[in-house]
Amino acid sequence: MICTAPAQYDGRNTLPDAGAHERSEPMTAPTLELRGITKRFPGVVANDAIDLRVEPGQVHALLGENGAGKSTLMNILYGLYQPDDGQILLDGEPVRFSGPREAIARRIGMVHQHFMLVPPLTVAENVMLGHEQRRGPLLDRERAEAEVRRLSEQYGLDVDPTAHVRDLSVGMQQRVEIIKALYRGADLLILDEPTAVLTPQEADELLAIMRGLAAQGKAIIFITHKLREVLAVADHITVLRGGRVAGTADPKTATQASLAALMVGRPVLLHVEKGPGHPGEPVLEVYDLAVLGDRRQRAVDGVTLAIHAGEILGLAGVEGNGQNELVEALTGLRHAERGQIMVGGHDLTNAAPRRFVERGVAHIPADRHKYGLVLEQSIADNFVLSTYYQPPFARGLRRVFSAVWDNAVRLVQAFDVRTPSPALPAGALSGGNQQKAVVAREMNRPAGLLIAAQPTRGLDIGSIEFIHKQLIAARDQGMAVLLVSAELDEILSLSDRIAVIFKGRIAAVVDGPTATATELGVLMAGATPEKAAG
Amino acid sequence: MPAPPPLPPARRHALIDRMRRVRLPGLGQSILVPLLAVITALLVGAVIILVSGGNPVRAYEGLYEGSIGCPGALSGDAGIQVTRLVCASSVTDTLITATPFVIAGLAVAFAFKGGLFNIGVEGQLLAGSLATVLVGYKLDGLPAALHITLALAAGIAAGAVYGAIPGLLKAYTGAHEVIVTIMLNYVAGTMTSYLLSGVMKDPRSGAVARTPYIDTAARLPDVWPGPEMLHLGAVFAVLTAIGLWWVLQRTTIGYEVRTVGANPHAARYAGMSVARTVALTMAVAGGLAGMAGAIEVTGVNYYHTPGFSVGYGFDSIAIALLGRAHPVGVIPAALLFGALRGGSSRMQFLTQIPVDIIQVIQALVLLFVAAPAIVRWLYRVRQRPHTVIEERPEPAASV
Amino acid sequence: MLDVIQSMLVVALPAATPLIFGGLSGLFSERSGVVNIAIEGMMLAAAFFGFIVGVRTGNLGLALGGAVVTGMVMASLHAVLSIAFRVDQIISGTVINVLAIGLTGYLDRKLYPSGAPAGQRTLPEIEIPLLSDIPFFGEILFRHGVIVYAAFVAVVVAAVVLYRTRWGLRVRAVGEHPLAAETAGISVYAVRYASVIAGGALAGLGGAYFTLQSIPQFQPLMTNGRGFIALAALIFGKWTPFGVLGAALFFAIAETIPSTLQIQGVHSIALEVAGTTLFDVAIPYQVFGLLPYVLTILVLAGAVGRAVPPAAVGQPYTRKA
Repeated sequence: MICTAPAQYDGRNTLPDAGAHERSEPMTAPTLELRGITKRFPGVVANDAIDLRVEPGQVHALLGENGAGKSTLMNILYGLYQPDDGQILLDGEPVRFSGPREAIARRIGMVHQHFMLVPPLTVAENVMLGHEQRRGPLLDRERAEAEVRRLSEQYGLDVDPTAHVRDLSVGMQQRVEIIKALYRGADLLILDEPTAVLTPQEADELLAIMRGLAAQGKAIIFITHKLREVLAVADHITVLRGGRVAGTADPKTATQASLAALMVGRPVLLHVEKGPGHPGEPVLEVYDLAVLGDRRQRAVDGVTLAIHAGEILGLAGVEGNGQNELVEALTGLRHAERGQIMVGGHDLTNAAPRRFVERGVAHIPADRHKYGLVLEQSIADNFVLSTYYQPPFARGLRRVFSAVWDNAVRLVQAFDVRTPSPALPAGALSGGNQQKAVVAREMNRPAGLLIAAQPTRGLDIGSIEFIHKQLIAARDQGMAVLLVSAELDEILSLSDRIAVIFKGRIAAVVDGPTATATELGVLMAGATPEKAAG
Repeated sequence: MPAPPPLPPARRHALIDRMRRVRLPGLGQSILVPLLAVITALLVGAVIILVSGGNPVRAYEGLYEGSIGCPGALSGDAGIQVTRLVCASSVTDTLITATPFVIAGLAVAFAFKGGLFNIGVEGQLLAGSLATVLVGYKLDGLPAALHITLALAAGIAAGAVYGAIPGLLKAYTGAHEVIVTIMLNYVAGTMTSYLLSGVMKDPRSGAVARTPYIDTAARLPDVWPGPEMLHLGAVFAVLTAIGLWWVLQRTTIGYEVRTVGANPHAARYAGMSVARTVALTMAVAGGLAGMAGAIEVTGVNYYHTPGFSVGYGFDSIAIALLGRAHPVGVIPAALLFGALRGGSSRMQFLTQIPVDIIQVIQALVLLFVAAPAIVRWLYRVRQRPHTVIEERPEPAASV
Repeated sequence: MLDVIQSMLVVALPAATPLIFGGLSGLFSERSGVVNIAIEGMMLAAAFFGFIVGVRTGNLGLALGGAVVTGMVMASLHAVLSIAFRVDQIISGTVINVLAIGLTGYLDRKLYPSGAPAGQRTLPEIEIPLLSDIPFFGEILFRHGVIVYAAFVAVVVAAVVLYRTRWGLRVRAVGEHPLAAETAGISVYAVRYASVIAGGALAGLGGAYFTLQSIPQFQPLMTNGRGFIALAALIFGKWTPFGVLGAALFFAIAETIPSTLQIQGVHSIALEVAGTTLFDVAIPYQVFGLLPYVLTILVLAGAVGRAVPPAAVGQPYTRKA
């Protein structure tokens, strides 16, 4: 049965139409149409009457900020959420997916941002999981492996079916995800922020793979917030903002600036306002530091660097090149195998975390749920997480609640942490406000060094701007700031100097104001500074 | 840092008042659900008694008589003298039985606060009571105050050491405290029977394996005299519960314990020593269990037998959960279990229903307390939304 | 000396049987992501109800079935509590253990106030022809009760199921990364229920060993911590079937040392050098009885850190929206 309900266009967007009901060849992708998809969560409308149309052979980019509703929309399409309103049509036929299995059966495949791979299993096992080939009662591994090899060759993916996923690079794991979708017969592929974890080179390779898939008749929905990639690869662009379609754009005519404005809803300051830095004495000095990672690999391998009072040193690098281990060593959370860490002239190599706290090292951790906050405890308690034992918050062993409370009330106001009361558990705060609470705590205690790891990850634009201002304010107050970020734009707009880390070594240190994204991108991929300059 | 100036006092107080008005989850539900859990457990227990051929009404009557009082006491029948004595002593029986339960329950509750599951109360209690007995009968001629103090201190210290073992192993090797404490329970049990039939055996006890009696100076005095002897241990138990609550809520050490329990990663990040806190938490928990044993020896038994502590380990877990791991909440939970245990022998005497049914009922209490969703569903109790926290499925990890 | 070792190993295999079944029981449960400290309770309950069925029907086959079903029922309770109600899995396990102790103790005393009925039989012992005549090894390996052989077969079957079948692949995936399994169209709940309950059946066989194979009697608390040692064997065996086998044999040998010494008439350890006795210490058998427990602790303290549990073990899974 073919549904011919009139499309409900409201003029905000300019979807192409015509030929909506033509039947495609079995091996090409179905035409997908979303009409008026609405999804509400308590307190928020994640998707508000979203329309979208994707044709076979095309790469359709879904652009939007964190919180714009992209992933919710795709989870609805993949059957993980049920829409509260609206319709999904495949080749004009309305469908409902009550789970991924049904979406898979209709040849829809998803490559999740956080890979859905089981690390100890092999590639072939991961690929066939849920759709196992069998010979009698036993698994038919050979057949699965052969199939993975065939797909790998057909789409130029170069994946070894017998390798264990845990041994593969991030880029390779992503290709396994793509094979997994193809193995299930997916003709419509959803890629959720696929380049977030890749080096610029790996990202370019992925874009080429996407074009190749489209050329062979697949349809691709490419979810991203990276403007450059959208313009490089997409046939169509739909921009989401605040759960609605903010507009559509043609990549031939759109510019980064016009897309950014659509995404944010106002002209975007691509650069944060800040005056020149006035670097003073070195606050943090690191000599030849080597640190082992979780798998006993040498994650940090001979890092030497210094950060001065009144400067922001940006640490750029693709995730997994030793940034986390470096930060953990610099805060006493991870053992240094070799080398020296000096803070304000004091040797803190392998000192306990508390010594770092007491020597004035403030730390905004990358994982705020794991390290930054105790979600079950009150916001007020979280504000004194590392200073609870010091006056005025304690007298001897006794805690002084009036001081804890006053501190909380003051910080909630000063840092605009939106909460009815600091007596509530920190878990009751929204993500942006949780991060503000962490920033408030770390900037409110006497410290000469601030280590900010991914300080704006997953936050909305408003919170990002606020935190950027705080980082610059900290610098202007004379703090030394180490900014670790996967967002190159953030590094470029805030840093006075930029160190590039690659495979646990500092590949180069460049001047912040004059550095370019291209130059850093090449360095992040492991090129030597000479090559990067040339 | 841009430390904003302190607010003027008037404004500050207005703000504080406004902020304090936010409702935190009420006390009502935290009592209602455990209460319903206990009722449900008794009902299911009745079904089991019925199915196995007993009379649940008689059984619970016996339980009631043995623990709180007797319906026949006012009827003036011939047995009144006897009955009155039984009734009077049954309440004190309950209180006396509940005393070590309170402290042992605290041993589990305190560990819970630190994120640890102490199944080792049984062994820690044995370690404590053995040490207390040893000090109790080996020393003599001491003034009572000193002897009692020494005996109790020995018990607490021995329990603390025995509790610290799994704590240290957990902290420094990662060995899971649950299995280690269970193993240590077996070790303690075996060692106890070995010692009691060997070096600590009272030569005058004949075939019975038990220690000599402790010196009279090492015995806890009664709180009020007369036939319904209630020893000083009951007072200690209540004071300990309140003291522990104070430590947890009002001191930096308590804050460390709770923070390590809630989020050890954040605790470490904030400069707390997680390993030390884990070890300390288990040592305190063990010390409490040791104290429970010490009080039982100095207040009730005055000697030690191999069958001394069977069941304390699991009872204390149920008590701690029933009391919601709150030090003061443990007291009513312990009273309930004291009543069940205290009344069970009279129940068995009256109805020939084995006392083991009490353990079944306790397991059911544990079950229903641990799974409040079952109780809520059974009785259609609506869960009050936890303040303003919305269980919002993060509109997808990365939207 | 050789016959001492032989007699030790002859009893070690039966002693390892409940540990193997218990360990495999935990294996399926934990590989699917559900911590199982309830093995002890499952085995105890199975030992009791298997025995009761045997007494009432006089049919050992039915008795064995009763034990298996009991294990599955107890496991279902654990599964419902920890999967559907998301009760802390250790607390849920504790509930099962306490319930098993209470229920078996109560019913045992209620049904048999004057002790267990006599005249029960145990499952047959089988001497495998020819093989049992092999010197030294024959008696160790090939003269045992059927449940003992079954334990060794179970190890092989468990390995094949876990690594070679569709269900095994799904169990491993669910225990490591449930969300990944769910997005591949697998029901995490269904796999976990099935694994925990299958584990219950294995624990049931372990329980049957006590009352249907070892002795024809039930005694309260007769599992005496074997379920917990089995759990330690699972950890020591790194959550693999053959690892469980090895660890179970290790603990079983430790367990049989004191009784073997006693039976062999070894009562003291003495050291004599050149006609002079340096020391001569009586062996405290009770203290030797601690060996499995102490070894368990040592193994846990030493093995953890090297052994990596399934990544999602202990975490309740909540299906999205």
